[in-house]
Amino acid sequence: MTTLSWGAEAWAEVRLSLDHCIKCTVCETACPVAAVTGLFPGPKTVGPQAERFRAGEHSPDLSVDYCSGCGICSRVCPQEVRIAELNSRARAELKRERGIPLRDQLVARPGLLGRTGRPVAPLFNWAMANPLIRYLGEKTVGIHRKAPVPKSVGRTFSYWVSHHRSVPRERRVVYFHGCSTQWYEPHVGQKVVAILEHNGFQVVAPRQDCCGLPLQSNGIFDAARQAATRLARQLSVSGTEELPIIASSTSCGLMMKREAREILGADTAELRSVSSRTYDIFEFLLELHQRGELRTDFKPVPLTVAYHAPCQQQNQLIGKPALEVLRLIPGLRLLELDRSCCGIAGTYGVKREKYDIAMQVGEPLFADILAAGPDLVACDSETCRWQISGATGATSVHPLEILHRAYGGS
Amino acid sequence: MATLDTDVLVIGGGSTGAGVAWDSALRGLHVTLVDRQDFATGTSGRFHGLLHSGGRYAVKDPSSARECASENRILRQVAADCIEDTGGLFVSVPEDDQEYPDRFLRSCRGAEMEVEEIPVAEALRLEPLLNPRITRAFRVSDGSIDSWKTVSALLRGAQAHGARVLPYHKVVRVVRQGDRVQGAVLEDQRTGEQVTVTAACTVNAAGAWSGQVAALAGCEVGVMPGKGVMVAINHRLANSVVNRCHLPGDGDIIVPVRTVCVIGTTDHPVADPDDTEPRPEEIHQMMEAGEALIPGFKYTRAVRAWAGSRPLLPKAKSGAVADDREVTRSHSVLDHEERDGVAGLVTVAGGKFTTLRLMAEDTVDMVTRKLGRELACQTKTEPLPGSESHRYYWVGNRQEEAEADEPDDPLICECELVSQQDLQTVVARRPAWNLDDIRRALRVGMGPCQGGFCAFRVAGILHAQQRYDRPEANRALRDFVQERWKGVKLVSWGHQARQDRLDRWIFEGVYDLEHLPE
Ligand SMILES: Cc1cc2nc3c(=O)[nH]c(=O)nc-3n(C[C@H](O)[C@H](O)[C@H](O)COP(=O)(O)OP(=O)(O)OC[C@H]3O[C@@H](n4cnc5c(N)ncnc54)[C@H](O)[C@@H]3O)c2cc1C
Ligand code: SF4
Ligand code: SF4
Repeated sequence: MTTLSWGAEAWAEVRLSLDHCIKCTVCETACPVAAVTGLFPGPKTVGPQAERFRAGEHSPDLSVDYCSGCGICSRVCPQEVRIAELNSRARAELKRERGIPLRDQLVARPGLLGRTGRPVAPLFNWAMANPLIRYLGEKTVGIHRKAPVPKSVGRTFSYWVSHHRSVPRERRVVYFHGCSTQWYEPHVGQKVVAILEHNGFQVVAPRQDCCGLPLQSNGIFDAARQAATRLARQLSVSGTEELPIIASSTSCGLMMKREAREILGADTAELRSVSSRTYDIFEFLLELHQRGELRTDFKPVPLTVAYHAPCQQQNQLIGKPALEVLRLIPGLRLLELDRSCCGIAGTYGVKREKYDIAMQVGEPLFADILAAGPDLVACDSETCRWQISGATGATSVHPLEILHRAYGGS
Repeated sequence: MATLDTDVLVIGGGSTGAGVAWDSALRGLHVTLVDRQDFATGTSGRFHGLLHSGGRYAVKDPSSARECASENRILRQVAADCIEDTGGLFVSVPEDDQEYPDRFLRSCRGAEMEVEEIPVAEALRLEPLLNPRITRAFRVSDGSIDSWKTVSALLRGAQAHGARVLPYHKVVRVVRQGDRVQGAVLEDQRTGEQVTVTAACTVNAAGAWSGQVAALAGCEVGVMPGKGVMVAINHRLANSVVNRCHLPGDGDIIVPVRTVCVIGTTDHPVADPDDTEPRPEEIHQMMEAGEALIPGFKYTRAVRAWAGSRPLLPKAKSGAVADDREVTRSHSVLDHEERDGVAGLVTVAGGKFTTLRLMAEDTVDMVTRKLGRELACQTKTEPLPGSESHRYYWVGNRQEEAEADEPDDPLICECELVSQQDLQTVVARRPAWNLDDIRRALRVGMGPCQGGFCAFRVAGILHAQQRYDRPEANRALRDFVQERWKGVKLVSWGHQARQDRLDRWIFEGVYDLEHLPE
């Protein structure tokens, strides 16, 4: 524990939380991974317990690598043990000692893949859909051949936004779009901008790189910390230092809100400020609504939509604001999928050795979706959407795409 | 009454007695080792766990320091499996005498200790929770030594060389024929049966109780029990032994002991060595003292407090000494023939866990002289069972092993990672009179929940296997849990109070422990 350069205070706080554990086992009953595989002994065991055996030069346990990082354990622990955070650190320590596989280096850098894929998007997408290439990818790199991978698009979000003129307004917000919007789903970002503008905001979208979350969940902490602090700087362009920052990727939003400081121990004045100003898009819209400021000029949307609140959204501890906002839309039949985790947990489920576990974790959710047969599945997290569509064949969208449609968008 | 015959009867199965048994057996003597309880339940099972480098005594008691330094080196060779090589730090905080560190360094060098001054920044890198205001730091070869592992290895070694060991056999009478001690009468504490052991030589190694045993032979040994209090913290706040660099005082050492770290200790003369109940103010004193070494210490989770009795032996025959710390920490081997005109009896007392081997060597040297059998001591080079490869243990070992365990070998003690198979192995090796015996062998019930989740599993498994009938299982469970609670109730605040409430609710609410049928 002394070997990585943690932000000492934040880390001490997380580590000392192991002393809160009273062995009640609540976390063990909630962990979706421990429920489906014997390879993972469970949050209490690998978290507050194993931490007592970790000292000195090498890690005594490997099984912590099977923790998906979904964070459910930390959320349910009645004693506020920071279990997932402890696991995340232990995993980073493990990888530091054993070396980080090329596969994890790759999936940890969505920008790298996105940048490589984009210029040759059709070829890239063909390759990703080609079973032989995927088979070779599994054998050589360790990315499961059936794992969901996003489609690369020809034009990035930043290209679009640089050609878009947001009308100057008094009320302004900063938009933190994240990598998937940039490289794979620019349409999500375009809709965010449209919704915010429709509600009277001018949208500032500064140039931005990865927040470091995939690096973090793959245990590459030093690079992750650099990425998070760099992004905080990028999001603090001059003249916007007081503005709310709106995130449409839940996991990346959580990274900026909390994890960069609490797990990575990153600590800059910019990051602290960014943390305090970052909102999940629906958290922001719901607050507007509560103040009577959200436009409700909705057109009916006659669809059945099943909503899944992803783990990282739940870990923001803001309830399910997307559900509440979507409930305002006339004609919409909204089903709440009351399941914990789809299994993918960022990049966890794409890995060869974890794919089956991830699919089993998601099984109850998939079964509910198949039984309900909705027109669309709505979910705030991109990787979860890819997992859900991959596993069920259902079309999955960001809930704001439904809101966008209600506002008259296509 | 049964009668057993032996060369050497050793009374007291702590580190000293077990060391004497190992040394005598290696020299080829037939030994019988007895204890009124299980082995290592006296001071040796209630000590601080520090394999002294000598640093603590360097300034004040140089001969003790020298002994510690050389015994430390030897034990690291012959008893590596019982030692964790944590290393130690001596740190000076601004409140300490700033002249002391230089004296300390000179004295350590004088005692031929390995000592190295390191930059404060380096000390803080090694131990991030250390007081950032420390002014000097020295690295020494302190270690953490496991009492039960050590005593059990000594016993196994002695047994392999023909020794007989009798736990739960209390010496109730010393057999004296005129001016000669010829053995003792033992009472089995489990059955009440008596047995006589006749011996060519009897060694009184009853530690803080050696005055009582000597009195049975009509001799006086002025051992002064010195009570010392310790508090265990839920996890290691430091991975090295951390000592305050000043004249030895109270609560100035933190020792990483397996998964916990232990702060200690105090030193108060007490009349009765069985007086080992810590007082609340002593515990408070420990928690406050920890602040100087690790700021925030007093807010961390204490899991348990306990005390032990030092077997201090003033060099004078008896009499009061004002401050216990004025008494030398070296040991004495008393020849009662020369001293009191009583042949066949030798008392060894004083000393430390760290010097157990030397104490045994000196004692058995005297025994062999008396028996007229000049046999050379071999314990300097002969490794104890388990230490043949000279590899230290490490706190992570159990976690590594648990990872490798079969998935169908469930954990019964989750805090200390004890599996059902571990339990089977231990009870097969030696009948477990009570669950506390199992605890000492396996550490069940020694983690944060202090038996809350393992005690009923252990009792249940032993009952299912018909090792305990129903009343025995119920009694074993109740005794064990209540013994654990004794140590917990002293620190039942904050997180440990929550644990305590949960555990009590399980045992009193769910199991109705008080009214289990017997
Ligand atoms: C608080 C404290 C902290 C310490 N910390 C350290 C440390 O960190 N490092 C270190 O090196 N040393 C330390 N010491 C010193 C060390 O623990 C003791 O010197 C050592 O354990 C004494 O061992 P022993 O075998 O002489 O005594 P004990 O372990 O007390 O053994 C004596 C045995 O005699 C038995 N007995 C008594 N009466 C009878 C009878 N009538 N019949 C049969 N058996 C009987 C008892 O049951 C007991 O088991 C510490 C001591 C104390 C008190
Ligand atoms: S983060 Fe998720 S997978 Fe990991 S231990 Fe917690 S609940 Fe289980
Ligand atoms: S839920 Fe919290 S307190 Fe309960 S066992 Fe898990 S970590 Fe410990």
